[in-house]
Amino acid sequence: MIFDPTIFFEQLVNPAYFWGALTSIGVAAFSLVIATVLGFFLAVGRTSKKSYLRGPSHLYVWFFRALPALLVLLIMWNALPQIIPALRSDWYTPFIAASIGLGLVEAAFMAEIIRSALSSVDDGQELAGRALGMKPGSVMRKVILPQAIRTALPPTGNEFIGLIKYSSLASVISLKELLTTAQVGVNITFRYAEYYAVAIIYYLVIVSIITIIQSRIERRFLWTSRGLKKSTSPLSLNTRALATVPKEK
Amino acid sequence: MSNETPATVPTLQVSNLHKAYNGNEVLKGVEFAVNKGQVKAVLGPSGSGKSTMLRLMALLEPADAGEILLDGKRIGASDANGRIAHHSERKLAVQRRDIGMVFQKFNLFPHLTALDNVALGLTDVQGVGKVEARERAFEILDKVGLAERDGHFPSELSGGQQQRVAIARALVLNPHVMLFDEPTSALDPELVGEVLEVMENLAAAGMTMIVVTHEVRFARRAADEVTLFDGGVIVEQAEPAEFFENPQHERTKQFLSHVH
Ligand SMILES: Nc1ncnc2c1ncn2[C@@H]1O[C@H](COP(=O)(O)OP(=O)(O)OP(=O)(O)O)[C@@H](O)[C@H]1O
Ligand SMILES: [Mg+2]
Repeated sequence: MIFDPTIFFEQLVNPAYFWGALTSIGVAAFSLVIATVLGFFLAVGRTSKKSYLRGPSHLYVWFFRALPALLVLLIMWNALPQIIPALRSDWYTPFIAASIGLGLVEAAFMAEIIRSALSSVDDGQELAGRALGMKPGSVMRKVILPQAIRTALPPTGNEFIGLIKYSSLASVISLKELLTTAQVGVNITFRYAEYYAVAIIYYLVIVSIITIIQSRIERRFLWTSRGLKKSTSPLSLNTRALATVPKEK
Repeated sequence: MSNETPATVPTLQVSNLHKAYNGNEVLKGVEFAVNKGQVKAVLGPSGSGKSTMLRLMALLEPADAGEILLDGKRIGASDANGRIAHHSERKLAVQRRDIGMVFQKFNLFPHLTALDNVALGLTDVQGVGKVEARERAFEILDKVGLAERDGHFPSELSGGQQQRVAIARALVLNPHVMLFDEPTSALDPELVGEVLEVMENLAAAGMTMIVVTHEVRFARRAADEVTLFDGGVIVEQAEPAEFFENPQHERTKQFLSHVH
């Protein structure tokens, strides 16, 4: 049995793979959003001066760093609905369980990325913002976060790619993501090479697209006037023109 | 004296200011005041607590004891049965708006253009609309000679230009008083002049200023009074000519012999 290109190309355009890939990306994206939001609060908690914030954040990271993602997924899908009746309803799909489960685990890692990104921002930045009279929330949003995001972007991109791959774990809770799709095909036809090769192609394409998008985003954080967008272009030209027009009284 | 005339109230005044870090007393009862339109230069050895004094005046750190008065009104804290009760960070933020601060290391926001660095205070703190804020920011940038550089990011500016943007950023909010913490110490020698020139123009325009500096030249030319700060207190205070030619205190004489 040699590699049969017809089977390979047939499967390459099979919509099942496409939906499997979208499912993988979807789970990864949702869990990254959960992990980033949660991770932000964990990071702020871990660096807080208040011990009642530090303690729980520490506990969370300690707990979820230790657990295998696979175990968390199994708990999310099998154990939790037994304990919480509300999870036995239709809306609690494998997709949602996987997104939340991976998100909870990933948050422990994002917390560390965000913590180190926040602490990489020079102390003088917060000082300057406060000296202007900015409120703490403003200082965080308008001064510290934009700088922390720049630092956090590359490792977050890696985490996202990792999550795409981790989403294949969700096959154990019967989520039809990319790898499951390939495996189902294999189970029926026993054409291992062709079906796995299609999966390889899909993973390569997905990760390539993510890499391109990531570098696009990173380019927006270059902070040089050459990379400037039209919307933030310098005022000097039009304002100077404006200034020469006598102001109306 | 119930009928005090406003002119006699200092713009910024601190009395009996105390601050310690981990039991190490840095400010030991500072008495200091600056009147409207006055420029005070503060000299003093490294590590003597000059930056700490400015950070406390700018309400960036709480004082252990003592009072800070802006235009005669106590700011930063109030008295609670003889103990000092610090205001909340949100309340402090509002009080800081009347005090401008310029740092040794500029501390410009690297993710914003020069123009947006200056405009941020207007939009965020004063609630000015974006278009008007940018126009006003541009006018101030023009004042410090950087109209041409408005679209540049801090990383694309020289140290001297960055510090001028930082001055503009504080100035645009029309502070009652501006505090400078060694504004030229981080600059290459050839860039010091352009920053001092901007500061001298400000002084001449009537801005109330407290300037911690090692620039004797600036202290002589622009300051109304020169102060020696050492060992956590104000040691000597006099008009520039008097301070430099005829210092009264031994410590001032010693300090000046090192600087000259
Ligand atoms: N946040 C802090 N925590 C602990 N110690 C501090 C802190 N800030 C200042 N100090 C200490 O207080 C003393 C005075 O520092 P400060 O920076 O006010 O001096 P300075 O007069 O501005 O010196 P320089 O001329 O070097 O800028 C120093 O011994 C310094 O180590
Ligand atoms: Mg200092």
